[in-house]
Amino acid sequence: MAEPKDAIKEKSMNLQKEMLAKQFHDLSKATENGRKVVYTFVPGNLTELILSFDMLPVYPEINALQSGMRKKSGDYIKDAEKMGYSEDVCTYVKCDIGMMLNGNIGPTGEKLPPPDLLLLSYTGCFTFLKWFENLERLYPGVPVAMLHTPYQEDGKITKDQVDYMVKQLKEEVIPKMEKVAGRKFDEERLSAMMLNSARAEDLLVKVLESAKNVPSPIDAYFAGVYYIGPIFTAFRGTAEAVDYYSELWKEVQERMQLGLGPVTPEGEMKEQKFRLVVEGPPNWTNFREFWKIFYDMGAVIVASSYTKVGGVYDLGFRHDPAEPLESLARYCMGCYTNMNLPQRVGLLEKYVKEYKADGFLINSIKSCNSFSAGQLMIMREIEQRTGAPVGFIESDLVDPRYFSYANIKNRLESYFQMLEQRKIIISQEGLSV
Amino acid sequence: MDTLNDIIKRAEALAFDLQFSAAKKWKQDGEHRVLVGYLPIYVPREIIHAVNGLPVGIMGAGDRKQIIRGDAYYQSYICHLPRGIIEMALDSNLDGFDGFLFPAICDCVRNLSGMFKLSQKGHFQRYFDYPQNFDPSIGGAFYMQEMEKILEDIYAINHQPLLTERLNASIRLYNTNRRLIENIYNIRQHYPWRLSALETYYLLRAGITIPVEEHNAMLQEVTDIISEERGEAMDNIRVVITGSFCEQPPAGLIKSIEMAGCYIVDDDFMLGSRWIQGDIRDDSDEPLKALMEAYIHQSTFSSAYYDVGNPKGKRLIDLVYKRNADGVIFSAASFCDPALLDRPLMQKECEEAGIPHINFQYHENTGQFKVIKEQAGTFSDSIKLWA
Repeated sequence: MAEPKDAIKEKSMNLQKEMLAKQFHDLSKATENGRKVVYTFVPGNLTELILSFDMLPVYPEINALQSGMRKKSGDYIKDAEKMGYSEDVCTYVKCDIGMMLNGNIGPTGEKLPPPDLLLLSYTGCFTFLKWFENLERLYPGVPVAMLHTPYQEDGKITKDQVDYMVKQLKEEVIPKMEKVAGRKFDEERLSAMMLNSARAEDLLVKVLESAKNVPSPIDAYFAGVYYIGPIFTAFRGTAEAVDYYSELWKEVQERMQLGLGPVTPEGEMKEQKFRLVVEGPPNWTNFREFWKIFYDMGAVIVASSYTKVGGVYDLGFRHDPAEPLESLARYCMGCYTNMNLPQRVGLLEKYVKEYKADGFLINSIKSCNSFSAGQLMIMREIEQRTGAPVGFIESDLVDPRYFSYANIKNRLESYFQMLEQRKIIISQEGLSV
Repeated sequence: MDTLNDIIKRAEALAFDLQFSAAKKWKQDGEHRVLVGYLPIYVPREIIHAVNGLPVGIMGAGDRKQIIRGDAYYQSYICHLPRGIIEMALDSNLDGFDGFLFPAICDCVRNLSGMFKLSQKGHFQRYFDYPQNFDPSIGGAFYMQEMEKILEDIYAINHQPLLTERLNASIRLYNTNRRLIENIYNIRQHYPWRLSALETYYLLRAGITIPVEEHNAMLQEVTDIISEERGEAMDNIRVVITGSFCEQPPAGLIKSIEMAGCYIVDDDFMLGSRWIQGDIRDDSDEPLKALMEAYIHQSTFSSAYYDVGNPKGKRLIDLVYKRNADGVIFSAASFCDPALLDRPLMQKECEEAGIPHINFQYHENTGQFKVIKEQAGTFSDSIKLWA
């Protein structure tokens, strides 16, 4: 296959690239500059709290997906498998361990510092727990702070659950952070950051909801993963994040005014034949090829569940400066993979209806049981509740052995043909979609 | 007194009765009785028992049921257990159950709770969240709330309040149950030929389908029989099996390992029945708190349990020494993230302790054991010849 041309990027993408480059550069200099480093996870992350101690966060799953996009994950995974990790288990974990075995070089080519604290924000994914038990052995002596996020078993967040989490924050997490950072917790500083968080969250929701327009000015999955980057990782709570989302929202508004579609790596998407809602994470090893299959066929993703793993802000949650710790607790519990299956189905049903989707597609990820277990039932439920035609493809996060381009393309082509046929029949019969 | 063969035959029939006939009959025989199905690994069965409920372990369909519709609910890369359980839910197997508990052991079981919710199977379907914080005032308080939710679910069905004395009595019965089981393992540690690992498995698995009182009587009878010499010692090595705590290995696999020359002197097959180590206080004014304290302080090790501060690798080594075992067999269900992600760490612990080990994976409906038997046989021979 020919090498792809350089991707065309939005201005905000370049801004994000600069932010990330600075972040990884700061990390590479962390030891030199006496900055403490906290390894943690994206879902249920406590970024504002980490930043309030002037510590730097590292997200192992972001490193893994970056390794996937840079075609390094395959070798990292094999190295972890040589250590005894089964072919069956989560490839993010294996990629991360493989990366560590190979010198812990980050996406910008600079070495990542070892952790000073392992902050196990155990939200919505059981494997996180196993992952950090493994890291705890690989970084002996590094303290681990566990924050157990209760599952939304009854489809709601209760006061007891919030109290449980706040108590863990006060008695387990914050004391460990204070010890590592060598300073006291500053609640006012945390609250001030949350103002920025809420501003950025407002803007992100506007961006994501712009896809309700026809044509949609954004792709809420493939471009969406870039849009969520700053707010789901090291920048939530910062002025830079507010600047980034202000710029992004400005760009999206301009596109809406001009009636333009999303910017793909090959330029503006001209024709939007199909509007889809997608469930499940994307594949990272062949991300651009994967996206191309969609935009070549005129399919735009108008809503996705993956862009909610770090917070379902479109359901109304905002970080609240008045109750910073309670707010962190509610944030953690509200993340998509911490919602029970009926809640997830309800959200996806709402997306299909509110975003006027022509179809509902699942990209089922071999590595991720948190998403994948139950997806076939979700698919049936969505089909029954909305009448939208459903599609199902399979791939993996960062294991290139599980991305079969030809199979996925064939399946998607058949799916889009079916959608097209359906549109013709509906228009002939004079029915509304 | 029944002969051991009679008891084992009955236990086998109970263990693999996927219609749960004995449990359903128990429900029919009294008023205000509820059947609560629970998945691996552990639930505090005492609280269900105390409010006129029968906790029934649902360990999967194993190799005893053809999976037809269940496969349509799960991708090929998800373990076998949930597809068997969905198959049972879609058939009549789980009719008559009042509620279901899904302990917090992995994302598959967690999401299965949602699938039961969507299907509205039973009056309640509850994900039972284990706290991963082990401070009694934090994680312990959360655990008490989780237990209270189960009690509320049951109360809504049979209106039986939780009485202190009744809960203490239930705790007493389950203390006896665990003691009897532990005693059988202790006898087997010294005389593993008196009761095979498969017979032991049948006995324990039967126990999660019948009232604890009945199971205690059965265990006592077996204890009496195997306290006397019987059978014939073989020149076998002694192994501990770990990693099979959720999706259960097929009976043929357990049998093959023993036939290959390995006495299984400890295992985690029916871990939920052995979860709490030692007795729980049974004379407390706050028996729920006693259950909580037991969970926090007396839980065994498991891949479903956050272990920083009390590493499971070290606890496995302690178990090997306690049972005087020659080696460890890591036997995990395919696609079981918890067991398989623990395996490299625990293997490393074994290597550092000089304990030989092998590993393999299975499905609950694996039908071919030749390779596993050869592997276990070679393991046994290598220890006998070279250790």
